[in-house]
Amino acid sequence: MIDATGTRRADVAVRDGVIIEVAERLDESTQGLELDASGCVVAPGLVDLHTHLREPGREEAETVESGSRAAALGGYTAVVAMPNTEPAIDSAAVVRQVLELGTKAMVDVRVAGAITVGRAGTQLAPLGEMADLGVHLFTDDGAGVQDARLMRRALEYAGGLGVVLAQHCEDESLAAGGHMHEGEWSSRLGIPGIPAEAEELMVARDVALSRLTGAPVHFLHLSTAVSVDIVREAKAAGLSVTAEAAPHHFTLTHDSVSAYDTRFKVNPPLRTAVDVAAVKQGLADGTIDAIATDHAPHSQEAKEAPFDQAPPGMLGLETALALALTELELPVEQVLALLSWQPARIAGLQGQHGGPVAPGHAANLCVFDPEAQWTVDGNRMASRSRNTPFDGMALRGRVRHTVCRGEAVVIDGVAQR
Amino acid sequence: MAERERYLTPPLGGVFVARAHVMTADDVRRAVTRIAHEILERNRGLSELVLIGLQTGGVPLAERLTEELARIEGTDVPVGTLDVAFYRDDIGLRPVLPETVTNIPFDLTGRTVVLVDDVLFTGRTIRAALNALADYGRAKAVQLAVMVDRGHRELPIRPDFVGKNLPTRRDEMVDVSDEGVVLGDMVPTRP
Amino acid sequence: MKHLLSMADLGVDGIEEILRVTESFVEVTARDIPRVPALRGKTIVSLFYEESTRTRLSFESAAKRLSADVMTFSVATSSVQKGESLKDTVETIQAMGMDAVVVRHASAGVPWQVSQWVDASVVNAGDGWHEHPTQALLDAYTIRERLGSLEGRRIAIVGDVKHSRVARSNVLGFHALGAEVTLVAPPTLLPPSLEGWPCEVTTDLDALLPKLDVIYVLRMQRERMTEAVLPSMREYTSRYGLTARRAANLPDGALVMHPGPMNRGVEIAAEVADAPGTVITRQVANGVAVRMAVLFLLLGSGASIA
Repeated sequence: MIDATGTRRADVAVRDGVIIEVAERLDESTQGLELDASGCVVAPGLVDLHTHLREPGREEAETVESGSRAAALGGYTAVVAMPNTEPAIDSAAVVRQVLELGTKAMVDVRVAGAITVGRAGTQLAPLGEMADLGVHLFTDDGAGVQDARLMRRALEYAGGLGVVLAQHCEDESLAAGGHMHEGEWSSRLGIPGIPAEAEELMVARDVALSRLTGAPVHFLHLSTAVSVDIVREAKAAGLSVTAEAAPHHFTLTHDSVSAYDTRFKVNPPLRTAVDVAAVKQGLADGTIDAIATDHAPHSQEAKEAPFDQAPPGMLGLETALALALTELELPVEQVLALLSWQPARIAGLQGQHGGPVAPGHAANLCVFDPEAQWTVDGNRMASRSRNTPFDGMALRGRVRHTVCRGEAVVIDGVAQR
Repeated sequence: MAERERYLTPPLGGVFVARAHVMTADDVRRAVTRIAHEILERNRGLSELVLIGLQTGGVPLAERLTEELARIEGTDVPVGTLDVAFYRDDIGLRPVLPETVTNIPFDLTGRTVVLVDDVLFTGRTIRAALNALADYGRAKAVQLAVMVDRGHRELPIRPDFVGKNLPTRRDEMVDVSDEGVVLGDMVPTRP
Repeated sequence: MKHLLSMADLGVDGIEEILRVTESFVEVTARDIPRVPALRGKTIVSLFYEESTRTRLSFESAAKRLSADVMTFSVATSSVQKGESLKDTVETIQAMGMDAVVVRHASAGVPWQVSQWVDASVVNAGDGWHEHPTQALLDAYTIRERLGSLEGRRIAIVGDVKHSRVARSNVLGFHALGAEVTLVAPPTLLPPSLEGWPCEVTTDLDALLPKLDVIYVLRMQRERMTEAVLPSMREYTSRYGLTARRAANLPDGALVMHPGPMNRGVEIAAEVADAPGTVITRQVANGVAVRMAVLFLLLGSGASIA
């Protein structure tokens, strides 16, 4: 068993959604369902800071139901749904709608609100009204807030509410028209590029605005070496910044696009090997606090468009843990910190998710075999969409059981509803 | 040689293994002389006559015939070359590539054309050549001269002038060159 | 080879093979009746999502001269206007029966995607900024026809390289055949990275002119002005245009090439376009023969060219 307090060998007993006992050897006469965890790690459920559930508006790509099933199979017990739905989650009414859908889901569905009305970047959304419903993270994800003055005001206002603004860092004036990382491969393939600097400029700007306002900023899906450096320096300077990185940004590089396979189109785009190494380093040294999937389902039809017309985004929930265990040369404890308790804290879910696995705490658990080998099959995803770039990849580490609020939602790798 | 070269083009591949020398260099030389006389006799002279060698095996033979005709009659007969790759009816069934460029620098209308090839086999190359010739004008007549007629015709085509009638098996290979005519087998280099 | 998507797929041998077969078709196109029955019974579809009258006509006449049936899919009057997806369109045409599809699209990579969806051979007739392999082949053929060989020849490609599929294909093709290629353009019209490109680059056209065997002038598109890549067309012409004064500095016998259509007075002066060293109309004529060779090799020969 591994949680933030350490590693030990123990059995866990759960009743009414709460952990009631943790001991080296529990009484075998206990009534009820028993899950075998031999050879496995028992950990607090994983927490995804960055999930696109697509509902409302894009139900053909994903629904709260299908997305939460994918999450449960990936070992998650909580996901934060991004607000770039149609309509955007920019008011109490839409927040209520998604939370209502989430009550029936297999995992705890939380909501991020938009910073600006309609994510249009011009007018501040009713952050307070949404915060009253428990929304802790706000972002215009899919786009960054371009106007520095507006972002400054949003940070000041959010600081007063005790909520956190999360930024999709992309300077649109520099990135406009781009569809992949600008560099050797974009030049060769004739695809307009997005320079790394489009991201770095906004990371640098928002570090400055965090300093100016004293408000916390969370950086979504960092993808470049310089971005990681800027965040590292900001943290060293004592600023209240946190950051996440997506699995594809520590596993894939821009040459993956060479056959114009739109499954490799994502924003921020896949970068260079140097950037991948820097993201890995950032995850290892604590600069990056969390691995967040940026799970972005798109229908087959949408992805079958020409590369420059296809929407960016890739699936992530069902492969994140295995990619982290396979590709990051980090101890399991540290991988779990990046996937569970650190993101739980950023999402304001500490105490409910991310452990510890101790009596009196919510029974949100992930049981996985860290050595199990398996091959990703894009056609056998729980997600409604198929756009995984990891199809056919051999990975190590597989979720066996997921327990959410005391309910075994995944048993032996099979979703229970 | 055309036949042999075509078989050497991937994906067929193979090595020609000689089995019997059926005509010596002298036999070939004498056959050329005889055919030249037959052409003169049949056409009562050389006016309006042109020779067209089929790429690639018929081209050297057409040239030797021209020299022979010039030696006998003292006049040069126009000689052209024809590649029938684009006219074949077995396109897609086996590799067909133009061996060389077709070169017919004269109008065929009103002329008598003697098509020249090294080996006459199924007749399909000649059928393709007849189609191709039509694109260069309306010849008054077309005659066919070959060094070896090996049988196995698949079309109603027969030669006007033959160096040697050579009974063969269908899977055998005939190689014609200045050194003579050799009968052999194509041994595949891979299954 | 099943498809012709990129010059990079061909290799030197593949390019040589196509150029050799092209020679036979140049002879065919010179005849009174420039038609052979080689592809009788084959159906070739021209699928042009981006209007290009010259390239489409060149492909279609190549197909017709090979006696193939030609279906022209006109995007402007088709179901595409009613929102049909690329894949649905391609699958519909495939269902009608086709042996090859010639694809032109404004987006890079579309021929690759189409090749995943159909059994037919796919010919890239230009995809976005990416490649235009038959243009590169006809250019190489034209140079060879005039200069004998590309080996060691110095070729400058001048102009909007960044947005040019012609430049990308020609750099690969010319280099494969042994030429020394130099790109000449303002930095705003060069790709962001030239890593892996087998060529040199300079901004000084005048210094290069006296050493050139071939100057290949790219079309300058006026819409570039709106993207702040150039202050004005006049400034472009003054630094990079092939004016009569610059053309006079070319060595005797140097070739002037252009993929067309030309903006006379912008990238090339009218008197240069019409001068004897210019082989632009020869490029167009050879284009049909090259495309005949490509279609014949893909559909007719049963041989492999790569």
